[in-house]
Amino acid sequence: MPLWWPLLLASLLFSIGVYGVLVRRNAVLVLMGVELMLNAVNINFVAFDAWLREVLHGGQTFALFVIVIAAAEIGLALAIVLLVFRTHGHIDVDDLRELADRDGLVP
Amino acid sequence: MTWVQAIFVLLALVAVGSALLVVTAVNMVHAALWLVVALGAVAGVYLVLAAEFVAWVQVLIYVGAVVVLLLFALMLTRAPTGRQEDLNLRRVVPAATVAALVAVLLGTTVVAGFHDVRIDLGHAVVGSAETTGTTLFTMWVLPFEVLSVLLLAALVGAIVLSRLRTDGDD
Repeated sequence: MPLWWPLLLASLLFSIGVYGVLVRRNAVLVLMGVELMLNAVNINFVAFDAWLREVLHGGQTFALFVIVIAAAEIGLALAIVLLVFRTHGHIDVDDLRELADRDGLVP
Repeated sequence: MTWVQAIFVLLALVAVGSALLVVTAVNMVHAALWLVVALGAVAGVYLVLAAEFVAWVQVLIYVGAVVVLLLFALMLTRAPTGRQEDLNLRRVVPAATVAALVAVLLGTTVVAGFHDVRIDLGHAVVGSAETTGTTLFTMWVLPFEVLSVLLLAALVGAIVLSRLRTDGDD
């Protein structure tokens, strides 16, 4: 199998994740885009592992590490989302501007 | 085209198609369920690329835990289960432009860089539970332990965040 097939698949999935992060307004849907991007990176790790056939299996091990970090990230992010929902009553990322730089804020 | 390549192309098409549905669905629950299909297809891609253990971990953690967490978050934030036309009305064109630029840039880079390299899947060492466990606990023990500390920190952080009171009485 040509190596660029899985790499191209990873590129497409990553750009779809970028689109989801940029276009969605609901914070949970933004997190789904982040998950797609993390999976695209994992495909790269596994593809290069299969190509190099390294004895340490660094690619697959790093894919496992990325999955664990993604699990930690989604747990923390959902706790933050639920806290935002309790304090604001919505999780629309366009309207959450408390941390914005007031001077540079486009009205 | 061999059978392996045909299966890979099929799984890749399923993954890309369902990922597109994840970011374009007007029903939030449907988006979460299409995410299951996309992540399952990626697990199949791992199986084709001889990463057996990673594929099952993907099914367990992503398809099992992460999607359930996302569905719980949708439920707890009282997300409407019906159609919502205003999920992504604004900024569709700039977001699509940026995403297309990313896709073209990354795609041309990897195709130009690796167009004559082939993966020899016939002789690849299958990353079974035995081989992955052996390498993980001989060569990658220290990162593994650091990762468990990270998971503990994330656990404590999530508990602290969900115990916060809005009126500051604790």
